[in-house]
Amino acid sequence: MSVPHALLALLSEGPKYGLQLREEFEERTGEVWPLNVGQVYTTLQRLERDGLVEADGAGAESQHKRFGITADGEAELALWLRTPPDLASPPRDELVIKVLVALRVPEVDVPEVLQAHRRYLVQLMQQWTRIKEDGDEDDLGLALAVDAELFRLDSVIRWLDSAESRIRRHPVTQVKRAAPLPKLRRATGVRR
Amino acid sequence: MTALELLHVSKTFGDGAAEVLALRDVSLKVEPGALVAVMGPSGSGKSTMLTIAGSLEEATSGEVLVGGHPLSAMSRNERAGLRRRSIGYVFQNFNLLAGLTAAENVAMPLELDGVSVRVARVAAMRALGELDMAGRAARFPDELSGGERQRVAIARAVVGERRLLLADEPSGALDSVNAEAVMRLVRSACRGGVAGVVVTHDAQLASWADRVVFLRDGRISDQTAPLAGPESLLAPGHRQ
Repeated sequence: MSVPHALLALLSEGPKYGLQLREEFEERTGEVWPLNVGQVYTTLQRLERDGLVEADGAGAESQHKRFGITADGEAELALWLRTPPDLASPPRDELVIKVLVALRVPEVDVPEVLQAHRRYLVQLMQQWTRIKEDGDEDDLGLALAVDAELFRLDSVIRWLDSAESRIRRHPVTQVKRAAPLPKLRRATGVRR
Repeated sequence: MTALELLHVSKTFGDGAAEVLALRDVSLKVEPGALVAVMGPSGSGKSTMLTIAGSLEEATSGEVLVGGHPLSAMSRNERAGLRRRSIGYVFQNFNLLAGLTAAENVAMPLELDGVSVRVARVAAMRALGELDMAGRAARFPDELSGGERQRVAIARAVVGERRLLLADEPSGALDSVNAEAVMRLVRSACRGGVAGVVVTHDAQLASWADRVVFLRDGRISDQTAPLAGPESLLAPGHRQ
């Protein structure tokens, strides 16, 4: 989440105070991303330094200043909205690594490993869905933010389902534990 | 009283070399007001489980109790009466009768149960009204959108005094926003005291349930823990 750009977006509606920005940010994101007021003022100072926002009430404390977006700020916001986030590089997904490792560990029940992750993900989805259900049905920000989480988690579950189906069909057998090494007789020097 | 109880239910289709064990020793309890989702891949036995729970099919062994009454102790006619009065079904393809209006479709189970046409229509209009469908009551199914048809199917499933709602992939081929609307309706019926069982392969649908049961190869292999409060998700840094 880019807090600077979210603040620029809020300022594109007109000048605002820092506290007001924090409240509106949380409201628009369905209160899914909490933001502390210190973070708002630090970000506004950086934006002001870069010429993307300007404050009225020069010299006053930050909380008494009202901030407005500059022309450069509007250009930066327009560019950011249209720039795709970096989704291109393959992520080093910890779950994928765990499943790949599980296939190589002797006598591990891989479907049981997959199910442990599936159960956890479904539980997370239940919690997100409950947030949506308990929230205001007309709260578009909340619905969009929760949907994004639900689709993300759902896609991981679909991958687990597909992985399980693929593993079941694959002809390789589960790795078997190698026979244990023969026990070495302790060389105590004592004749029995 | 438990709304639905499956006790060690098994179901076998065919015999000899063609024998298929569709359900193996399945036990499940659903209390009034609870919504349980049954998740599993195709062929895991989830639809079979639902048809047995709804007395549309008989278990090979084990017992099913609806509202505390064992189905095995009922005659065929008594089971048919129970299906008409107490159990509502929602199917993937809606299963509405094309020659009847929305209101007639919803009133039909009551009329089949001997309720007068007038009383059944009043109940049907009330059920449709609760789903914002009163204005479409005189329309035939082919004049309704997919989402509207599914609303009619849900109204039919909860009309009258039904205490058990059984749904098989109830969002069918609806888009995710309409699917959510369907699940909100199912949840709303459960808040009114109806016990719900939804079978689905779709995690987004299942996530509306209080409890999710996982079916694998005809067995209940796992289930979710009781739901944690949403505050755990909203706390800063909840992701490790």
